[in-house]
Parts: sequence; C-alpha cells; structure tokens
Amino acid sequence: MRAAGLRVGWLIGGVGAVVVALIAAVAFGPVSLPPGSVAVELLNLIPGVRLNSGLNPREIAIITEIRLPRAVLGLLVGAMLALAGGCYQGVFRNPLADPYLLGVAAGAGLGATMAIAFDERALLAPAAFLGAAGSVLVTYLLGMAGGRDRSSATLILAGVAVSSFLAAIQTYLLQRNVDTIREVYSWLLGRLSTDGWHEVRLLLPYALLTGVVVLALRRELDVLSVGDDEAAGLGLHPQRSRLILLAAASLGTAAAVAVSGLIGFVGIIVPHVVRLLAGGSYRSILPLSLLFGAAFLTLCDLAARTLIAPGELPIGVVTAFFGAPFFVLVLRTSRQVSL
Amino acid sequence: MLVIEGVRVTLGGTEILHGVDLSVAAGEWVTVIGPNGAGKSTLLKALSGTVPHTGVVTVDGTGTTALPRRRRAQLVATVAQQPVVPPGMRVLDYVLLGRTPYIPTLGRESARDLAKVEQTLHQLDLHRFAGRELATLSGGERQRVFLARALAQDAPLLLLDEPTSALDIGHQQEVLELVDRLRREHSLTVLATMHDLSVAGEYADRLVLLADGRVAADGPPEQVLTEELLARHYRARVRVIAGEFGPIVVPVRLS
Repeated sequence: MRAAGLRVGWLIGGVGAVVVALIAAVAFGPVSLPPGSVAVELLNLIPGVRLNSGLNPREIAIITEIRLPRAVLGLLVGAMLALAGGCYQGVFRNPLADPYLLGVAAGAGLGATMAIAFDERALLAPAAFLGAAGSVLVTYLLGMAGGRDRSSATLILAGVAVSSFLAAIQTYLLQRNVDTIREVYSWLLGRLSTDGWHEVRLLLPYALLTGVVVLALRRELDVLSVGDDEAAGLGLHPQRSRLILLAAASLGTAAAVAVSGLIGFVGIIVPHVVRLLAGGSYRSILPLSLLFGAAFLTLCDLAARTLIAPGELPIGVVTAFFGAPFFVLVLRTSRQVSL
Repeated sequence: MLVIEGVRVTLGGTEILHGVDLSVAAGEWVTVIGPNGAGKSTLLKALSGTVPHTGVVTVDGTGTTALPRRRRAQLVATVAQQPVVPPGMRVLDYVLLGRTPYIPTLGRESARDLAKVEQTLHQLDLHRFAGRELATLSGGERQRVFLARALAQDAPLLLLDEPTSALDIGHQQEVLELVDRLRREHSLTVLATMHDLSVAGEYADRLVLLADGRVAADGPPEQVLTEELLARHYRARVRVIAGEFGPIVVPVRLS
C-alpha cells in the first residue's frame, strides 16, 4: 500500500489532456487546419527544431499569432482558477469554496466597471487586477481584526461583507452609466480574447509564482485538513500556512480575472472532479487540477468560439453548460463520494 | 520527565488555570481528573502548544514554551478529545500525518517515515484498514487510528484528552489496555484526562485532581479517590469501594 500522492498515470493523463486541448484549440476555427500539421508547427516553436508541416506562411501565422496566444491564455487562466479553487477548498476545509470567495469577483468587477464607465479601457486589466487583489487584502485585514482567535469562518464572513460593499458601489456606478451595462456585463461573463501575446505576458509571471508556491506547499493542505489545533500539534503554523497559500492563490486568481473576466465554475468543479477520480489528497488534487483545469478551459473556449461561429458564446456559459452535466455524471458513477 | 511549574492560561480575558504545578516521571501514567470546567483540557492544550501559557514546561529537560513547533511536536504527541476526521482520507495517509514534524516543509516522506507508519499500523492491528477511509471505521477502530497517528509521531510524551469518552465499556477497556501496553513497549510517558474515575484509577500510576484551575490533590488513586475529596470538588455523593486494581467509585443518589 502506498501513501497518497500524485500517481504517474494521472500525471501523464493530465499532461496528455493539456497537449490534446492545445492542439485542438489551435487546429479548429473558421479555418480548420490538420491537427497533425498543427502538432508539427507547435514542435517547431522549440528552439532547434525544424520540421516541415506542409502549412503555408499564412496558416502558420494563424497558428502563432492568433490561435496559439489564445490557447495558451486559456491554459493559464484555467490552470490558475482550478488550482486556486482547490487551494481555497483545502484552506477553508469547505467543498463549496471557490476562488472568488474572498472578494476577488466583486473587486475585479468594480475595477472593470470603473475602467469602462470612466472610458479608460486601456486600464481595464490593471484596474480589475487592483480591485481583485485589493479586495482580498481588505477582506484578510478585516478577518484578522478579530484578534488571536481568528477562524476561517470570520474570514469568509469578511469576504461576504467586502463583496457586498463593492457590489453596491458597482451597482451605483452602473446605474449612473446605463449605456455601459452591456459592455460590463459581457466582461463579467468572461471571455478569452487576445491581442497577440499581450495578455499572456501579463498573466505569466503571476501564474508561475502562484503555481510554484501552491504546489510546493500542497502537503501542508493535507495537514490542515485535521483542523488548526491538531495541525499545530503536528508542528505546523496553521495561520502562517493559510496566509501564504491564500495570498498565492488570490494573486493568481486576480491576475487571471484581470485578463479574462469572471469565468465561473472552473474553480469549483475541476478540483472536485479530480478529487472524485484521483483521490482526496491535496498532493494529487492540486497538480492535477492545474493540468485538467488548463485543458478544460481551453476546450471550453474552443467550443465558445466555434459552436455559433461567426458569433461567440461567453465562455462562462460554456463552462457551466458542459461542466455541470459532466460533474453530475462523475458524482453518480464515482464510488468515492465523500467531499 | 515532564515538569510543569506555575502554568497559567488566560482565555478570552478569563484566567482558566491559576498556576498549576505538576511533574510526571519517565514511563509514568498520570491521569488528570476534575469536574467539568476545571481546566483539564486547557492544561493539555497548553502542553501541546495550542493555547498560550505562562510558567515553565519542560519535557526531558527541554523547555517547550520557546521551542519551535516542529521540535515540540517531536517531543509531545496529542490525541485530541474529538479529533477531526478529514473526509476522504485513508487510514494510511492519516497515520502518516503523524510524521509531519520529521518531513521537511518542501520535501516528501522518506522510506523511514513510511516504515514507521507501517510498523505502527501492524502494532495496533490496523494494517488491514490501511486502505480504508477513516470516516468509514467504527468508533473503537477510529480511536486506535488516532492513537496510531500519535505513536507515529515518535514523541516520548503522549497526551490523551478523554481518550475513551466516545467508546462503549468494552472498547474503553480495549483502548486503555492498548495504551498501557504501548507505554511499556515504547517507554512512553502518558498524561491523560478522564471522566470515569474508577477507570482512571485503575490505569494511572497517579491521579491529579484539578479543581477551579488549581491542583487540589495529587497522589496514588487511593489517596485521591476519597469520598471526602470527591464530595468537596465534584459536589457528588459517592461510595468508594476497594477494587482489584484500585478504588471503585459508585455514585449514590442524593435523596
């Protein structure tokens, strides 16, 4: 009998899902390209590799300039949301926790609304990022104001208070600028639109930092699952671990939200599907959530831009429409149902 | 082995322990008894480092108050009164949590950690449950798993907060006999709290009666389990009868 941890089979499966999603997202669109040739062109991006894919320069440009940035952005956003969701669920020992729990959504929503309402669209991403990160910070400070005996319930309640307050300001702003409601609403539903590699470059440093910190501390989430008192008795500093994990997860979420809007469902469903299929230890939940979250969101984006082409569905609609039935299926067929 | 001097604990502005002095020799089993609210659990929490205290606590000559948590966890293992059962966690992984103080923050468990867990599971006759989810086990089996995690911690001092409160009489005896066996085999020092006075007296070398945050009596069970002391501190009317392994305390109706 082996200790819970990341199984090689699952790791290969996760990496495989990412590769398949990447090739599919780059191959399919208004101009469909043969997946085999796309795979060859992707290999050509590795320095030193020069293979003939049989694609013409225009098709290669579609791959590298248009579809690949969007596919990579989908991978990064999906990875961040699913990783942060799994992390939040562990930190709060609550299966209903999602990455927007501590005010990220309301803060990003307010930031984006302000940027749109004041006609400063170039500042949309930074404003959403500052709103998201700032609201989590305020939530944390308020939650900690309770003194030494600070429980995670206090933190969640502080998140509710901060979210409501920010949502009130946002609603007021929208009322004053009714003409922007449609644009704000479309941003809130989330979308992966890219301007070359710009968004990827914005998100990448935060995604790397968050990924490294959360994955490095994933074992501590298993220890935290026995509660603060017992975790302290086992030599952990529960408050410190929680602070680091929440800070990292929130930073990654804020950066993802800033470039993609509020994409729901990924952060709560992907970690649960992974948990049901690959076991309840965070040592496997977190790395696999990262991989499958990345693949899931990229495939959802593929569906979002091809199903009603040339129109585009909000990606949040797709994640819920396909994710919810799939989750119910997993829930019903899985033997291990304890969340 | 364990020396406690002038330990005071204040929780929420109220002083719960008003200067407790207590010492436990190596290999000894001392059980703290006392009415509800006397501060028994608080004392154990202070010793395991989960509530702050003033005063001096030394384990094997090492002061634990300023000790890094990880180091303290290598000296003191605790079984909480109602340990949290993490949903979905298997017995093997739960017992492995006991090795946390030996696993580097960014590292993973070594072969030695796994061997220790394996050995502990065998010792407590739990190896056939290793792959089962902890939540699916019965109360008696769970209590053995809680003990196994504490033993895997490899600490010389074992703190047990009412280890039998959730168990029927048969499983109570089973668990306490097990603790006694493990104590002898591993030369552990045991400090427990317990509500059942007769059982407490049967298994402990010494009893400490805690009342209102102070030590009211400290000595062999025969000296602590007296009708007079129990009447004064528990406000209970009892008969104390000499038994095979210590005094038997029988409650008697007030009127």
